[in-house]
Amino acid sequence: MIALRGKTTASTLAAPLPHSVWKLADSGTLDTQRRSRAFLLDGGCAAPPSFNLYLARSTDPRDDLPANTVRLPPELDYLSGGDVLSVSEDGERIRVLWRHRSRQNSILLTERCNHYCLMCSQPPKTANDDRLLDEAFELMRLLPRDTMEIGFTGGEPTLYGTELVDLLRLCTNLHPEAEVHVLSNGRRFADPEYAAAWASIDNPNLMVGIPIYGAEPARHDYVVQAEGAFNETVRGIVNLAQLKQRVELRVVLHRQTAPALPEIAEFIARNLPFVDQVALMGLEMIGLARANIPALWIDPTEYADELVEAVTLLDRSHVHTMVYNHQLCLIPRSVWPFAVRSISDWKNEYHPECLRCSVKDDCGGFFFSAKYKMSDKISAIEDGQAEPALLALGAD
Amino acid sequence: MSRFREPTAFQAPNADWQLLPFRFERIDERILLTNLVGEHLFLSGDEFQLLADGALPADSPLVRKLRAKHVIREGSDDLPVELLALKARTRYRRLAEFTSLHIFVASLRCEHSCPYCQVSRQSSDREAYDMSAETAALALDSVFRSPSSNIKIEFQGGEPLLNFELIEEVVERAEARNESEQRNLGFVIATNLALLDKRVIDFCRAHGVYISTSLDGPADLHNKNRPRPGRNSWELATEGIQRVREELGVDRVSALMTTTRSSLDRVREIVDCYVEQGLTSLFLRPLSPYGFAIKTKSFDAYDVDRWLPFYEEGLDYIIELNSQGTPMVEQYAAIALKKMLTNDDPGYVDLTSPAGIGIGAIVYNYDGDVYASDEGRMLAEMGDTTFRLGNLHRDSYEEIMLSDALLGPLEESFTGSAPMCTDCAFEPYCGADPTYHHATAGDYLGRKPNSGFCRRNMAIFKLLLDRYESDPSTRALFTTWATH
Repeated sequence: MIALRGKTTASTLAAPLPHSVWKLADSGTLDTQRRSRAFLLDGGCAAPPSFNLYLARSTDPRDDLPANTVRLPPELDYLSGGDVLSVSEDGERIRVLWRHRSRQNSILLTERCNHYCLMCSQPPKTANDDRLLDEAFELMRLLPRDTMEIGFTGGEPTLYGTELVDLLRLCTNLHPEAEVHVLSNGRRFADPEYAAAWASIDNPNLMVGIPIYGAEPARHDYVVQAEGAFNETVRGIVNLAQLKQRVELRVVLHRQTAPALPEIAEFIARNLPFVDQVALMGLEMIGLARANIPALWIDPTEYADELVEAVTLLDRSHVHTMVYNHQLCLIPRSVWPFAVRSISDWKNEYHPECLRCSVKDDCGGFFFSAKYKMSDKISAIEDGQAEPALLALGAD
Repeated sequence: MSRFREPTAFQAPNADWQLLPFRFERIDERILLTNLVGEHLFLSGDEFQLLADGALPADSPLVRKLRAKHVIREGSDDLPVELLALKARTRYRRLAEFTSLHIFVASLRCEHSCPYCQVSRQSSDREAYDMSAETAALALDSVFRSPSSNIKIEFQGGEPLLNFELIEEVVERAEARNESEQRNLGFVIATNLALLDKRVIDFCRAHGVYISTSLDGPADLHNKNRPRPGRNSWELATEGIQRVREELGVDRVSALMTTTRSSLDRVREIVDCYVEQGLTSLFLRPLSPYGFAIKTKSFDAYDVDRWLPFYEEGLDYIIELNSQGTPMVEQYAAIALKKMLTNDDPGYVDLTSPAGIGIGAIVYNYDGDVYASDEGRMLAEMGDTTFRLGNLHRDSYEEIMLSDALLGPLEESFTGSAPMCTDCAFEPYCGADPTYHHATAGDYLGRKPNSGFCRRNMAIFKLLLDRYESDPSTRALFTTWATH
């Protein structure tokens, strides 16, 4: 697990910081553009002049930090030039917005949501957090031109309405080559005008990932704890498809959804066959999922038949299908070619048993949170030859 | 107290269910339901009773199944109707692009003398039985009047290779014309391959022409069906198939079989013959009731009930072959399954509604007569010109396509309004065949209880559903056939 936030242990700020988003420069990243730059001090080297903020690692030998310096907590010592941070006005709270070495950055736009999913990994909050959106705008301006993948997540980003469209337009204009992935519950797109505004961004690399948890309203609405959600979500998907927008469907598998997987697959194949891809996703035991373990936990080996049937149906219906977040030893080999290494590097872990497994490098491994609940059927595969696993966009 | 609400909080509060359009059929102990676009499910008798009595609960596995398949909806819920409309539009979108298959009868002459063949002539009189360049030019004008973006020109006979000069001319003219038309243009020659030579091969290679041939099964069966001087029809056909595979490509040749009385006990041998030839699809066809087949009573020799076990054994054998790793598609099943398992209608001329006559395929006879279907041309050879739409030398495209001879049978046979078809659970899978019913019953509609077409197709749909429901690996195979 890689920490993405921390609290400073000491700071020498002369005045409140003028803004929150900072891109790190260090001695290796000589960059004449000084916009929003903070300098990461390297060991005992002298601070170059004219930066508004300096950061020192927890291991920095100096007792007396130079002026305008914030000392990082040990868990953030991994930061380096090119990373982007949000630092609170008093320098105390630090959040990592972008790790330039990772391909799995996901930008949190809000923690507010109009769903309250049984298994939400990011439990919704109600407080106004518009500043996250403001920071995302600034982040777009700071990212290098060669950024290849940008993921946006929530909460429900479309709650921002047209402001989200503005952000994505900026993202598109500044990073035209990047694959852009947005996670949304899709309900907002039931409004044809909003779907049209989205389509007007006109970015062929833009894809929205939308969850679907049933083939009819009762199951889906229960899982997301919101009446009317299924109808709006499906209508939204249809609206986006009619405007030729790229859509990924996501089905998180747990006790409430996995037994219905074949009928969900059939519903998709028959009603939504135009989607770009379908991701069948293992459950992340974090957030609300931990509170609902009795209602949600199902050992993946228990839904092996349903998984095979759904993957077969979707694949043969020419729907591009992927299985995320599943350990290879728990799924039938016929599903292996669809398995994707999808767990973000910062929360990826392996089991001791994995060390002697022949397909460990092809396997997704575990969420860090698997320590709260995991299958007792994990076992090393001694003779495995897996297809090369792909790297997922919009990883979790 | 939990922050989460129970599943019951999300069920329909009043169980205010409304029925959406569906049809049903009792099959053994169960009831088959099909919705407006042919999605299906099976209910038990008790479940069906709840549905029929309007006594469904607010939520249950049954209710969820019915909602997912758009058989019922909650009163205020518009989404199922919107999705049904979307699927129905998808299913019928082909109609705007009518007539994609254009059949040119290049010559009626043939060096075979097959007893069931309705049309061919043993003659050396080219003047009398070959299509002229002038007629072909008029036919090409008609081809490009079709609004379809996909155009396939198929050369038939007789034996079309007897008039190969005409094929060369039509292909080259069509290609030249297509430089401005920009259609997705393809060519097929339907030939017995006996006259295949280097000139034909080179031309087909240069112009991407496909070959469709006849292969009835093992040599003795095939040669009995297809007499020619030398009694070597099978040898020439199989040599030709291999030559096309090797010199043009494995996918450039396909074969069709004709079923006769002698075929009925030999379906496995027939399938094996296709496997041996390296072919990956075959079409277990019924014998058509037209032409000499009716005259010579070779149709009466067996009826649908004798043909069905032949089909069932063949289908099961093909399923078995696939499960053992030998890929083989039964084409008729694949056409039906596409209609059963997807929102697509392949528009197969004999299994689509509105009927495929004229708007799916059209036939330009050697003498310029235009027929609504190949079967219509065969009836005309027997003196019944009901399906002759006009003549290229006399009539305009508008006169041909808007003729009563075409619009009448199209409208009268439409299964959406045909008595018994409208109530039939299999209607979304089936088709209208006005030519068959005209030939056998005297009108475009026929009487369904007596209709061999109806009897055969109902049995095939039941068979396919039974195999689909019974085994996951067959389900996966059928999905592949339906979507390939």
